Amino acid sequence: MKITEEMVDYISQLSRLQLPPEEKTAMTAELEQIVGYMDVLNTLDTTDVEPLSHVFPVKNVMRADQVVPSYDRASLLAGAPAADKDAFLVPKAVE
Amino acid sequence: MTWETVIGLETHVELATKTKIFCSCTTQFGGDPNTHCCPVCTGMPGTLPVLNEKVLEFAVKAGLALNCEITRRSQFDRKNYFYPDLPKAYQISQLYLPICHDGAVDIGGGKTIRIHELHMEEDAGKLVHDPWLDQTKADYNRCGVPLIEIVTEPDFRSAEEVIAYLEQLRSTLQYLEVSDCKMQEGSLRCDVNLSVRPAGSDTFGTRTEMKNLNSFKAISRAIAYESRRQIELLEEGKRVVQETRRWDENKDATYAMRSKENAQDYRYFPEPDIPPVEISEAYLERLRAEQPEMAQARQARYQAHWGLPAYDAQMVTSQKALALFFEATVALGAQPKQVSNWIMGEVLGQLSAHGMEAKDMALTPATLARLIALVQEGKLNRNTAVKVFEAVFATNGDVDAYIREHGLEQVSDTGLVSSVVEQVLAANEKSVADFKAGKEKAFGFLVGQVMRQLKGQAAPAVVNQLLREQLERQ
Ligand SMILES: [Zn+2]
Repeated sequence: MKITEEMVDYISQLSRLQLPPEEKTAMTAELEQIVGYMDVLNTLDTTDVEPLSHVFPVKNVMRADQVVPSYDRASLLAGAPAADKDAFLVPKAVE
Repeated sequence: MTWETVIGLETHVELATKTKIFCSCTTQFGGDPNTHCCPVCTGMPGTLPVLNEKVLEFAVKAGLALNCEITRRSQFDRKNYFYPDLPKAYQISQLYLPICHDGAVDIGGGKTIRIHELHMEEDAGKLVHDPWLDQTKADYNRCGVPLIEIVTEPDFRSAEEVIAYLEQLRSTLQYLEVSDCKMQEGSLRCDVNLSVRPAGSDTFGTRTEMKNLNSFKAISRAIAYESRRQIELLEEGKRVVQETRRWDENKDATYAMRSKENAQDYRYFPEPDIPPVEISEAYLERLRAEQPEMAQARQARYQAHWGLPAYDAQMVTSQKALALFFEATVALGAQPKQVSNWIMGEVLGQLSAHGMEAKDMALTPATLARLIALVQEGKLNRNTAVKVFEAVFATNGDVDAYIREHGLEQVSDTGLVSSVVEQVLAANEKSVADFKAGKEKAFGFLVGQVMRQLKGQAAPAVVNQLLREQLERQ
C-alpha cells in the first residue's frame, strides 16, 4: 500500500502530533515499510483462522462490586501537568 | 407529497452498580470534584482496568429482558479520541463483539422495535470552563461509571412510538433493578437519529443525529421540529446534510453543532488490557431464573386474577415498589380494588407531596391493610381514614394508637346516634315539615346536622337509617 504525505498529515492530526517537514518525509517512508509488511501477511490464507485479539489464554478476569476508598485528591492531582486545588486543568475545551 | 419520518434511537443507561466499571471507586452521584477517583479512572499510565462482574451481569440481564441474543465470547474495544472528558484519550467500549445483539421490544398496538445491539462502556468526566482562569477544569467523578448503550434499528415512525418504547425500556430496567433511569440526573440519555422520506419509499433519506435529549418532552418536541425542518428543506428542493444537531430547549429548535474535525475516525481496536468475556450456559441459566416478572405481565395477572380495571393495573405497576406494595397489601387480606384505590389516590398523592419514590416509602403494607380493614368493618369513616393515613405516612406510625389518641373511632353505637337524631329533629321543626312536604333536600340538611353533632365520626349508613326511621314515625 502506498503511503502519501496527506495520509501522514491526517494521522498526525488524529494523534495531535506536529511533524516538521523533514520528519514527515521520513515518517512517510517508514510507515510505508510497516504497512508494506501487512501486505506480506495479507498473502496468507486465514479462512479458518479465528481472529486473535489477546495473546494469553485468559478470560473472565473480573472483580466484585465492592467500594474501595478513592485516592487522595492532592496526590492524584500532583501527577497532572496542570491542576488547581480540586481539578485537573486543560486548555479551553468547552464553549 | 406525504412524508414518512424514520427514527432510530441510541440510549445510554447508567447502571446501578456500587462501583465503577473498571475500578473500585464509588459511583455515588455528586461529591466534591475528583474525590471519587483513583489512578485507573483518571487514566494514569501503567494502571490496569479490571471489569466489574456486576456490570456484565446487569448488561446480560437487560439483554435477556429485551429478547436479545447473548454473545458467548465478547470483548472490549478502544474508541480513540482526544477530548479531555476522557483522560486516557480513548473510551473503553464494545464495537466488534457487543455483549447482546438482535433483540426486540413489543411497544403495544402490534408494533415491535428491533434492538440492533446492546454494549457496555464507560462514562466520561465533566468539563467546566473557568472564565477567570480561561482554562477548563476536569472533574473525573463520573468518569468510569458503567453504562450500557442500547441501539435500535430505524423502526420508529413517530414521536409517540419513541416515547412508548422509552417508557417500556425504563420500566423494564427499573424492574430488573439494573438502573434507576433518572433522566434528570442523566442516568438515561437519548440520541435520536432521524430522516424523512416520501411515504411508501423503501430507501432511507439522509439522517441527522440529535444528542443527549434529557426529557420525554424534549424528545417529542425535537422530533417534531427536526422532521418538519427536513421536510421543508426537501420540499424547497434543498438537501439534508448529515450532521449532529443540538436541541435548544429554550428556542424550541435544533442547531448544527460545530463539527469536530475528523470526529468520526475513532480507530477502534481490540482493548488489550481486558481479557475476553466468555458466557457459560450455567451463567445464563442463573440470570434467566433471576429475571423478575415485568410490569406488563403483572398487569395482565392483576386483571385476570383480581379483576382489577386495566387503568388500575397500569398505575399500580408503574413502579416495581408499588406493585410489590400492592401485592403484599392484598396478601394481608385487603380487597384488591380497595388497595388500588388507596394506591392511586392517597399513596401516590403522599409520595408526590413528599417528592419521594415508592421504593423509599416508610409506610408498610400492614399499615394500609389495617386502615382498609377498619373502614371495611365500619370502625373508621373513609374521610377520617384518609386523615389518619396522612398522619402516619411519613413514619409508618401505629394506626390504632393514632385513632385512640385522637378519639377518631367511628360511632356505630345506635343508642348514641338515636339520641342525637331525636335532639336534631326537635331543634329543626321547619326542616322536618319540609321533608314531610316532599323536599328531599331537607333530609340531607338533617343528616349534616347529626354528623356535625357527632364530629363526623358516625357511620353514614347508621345515621341515614335511624333518621329515616324516626322521621317516618313522627
Ligand atoms: Zn477509580
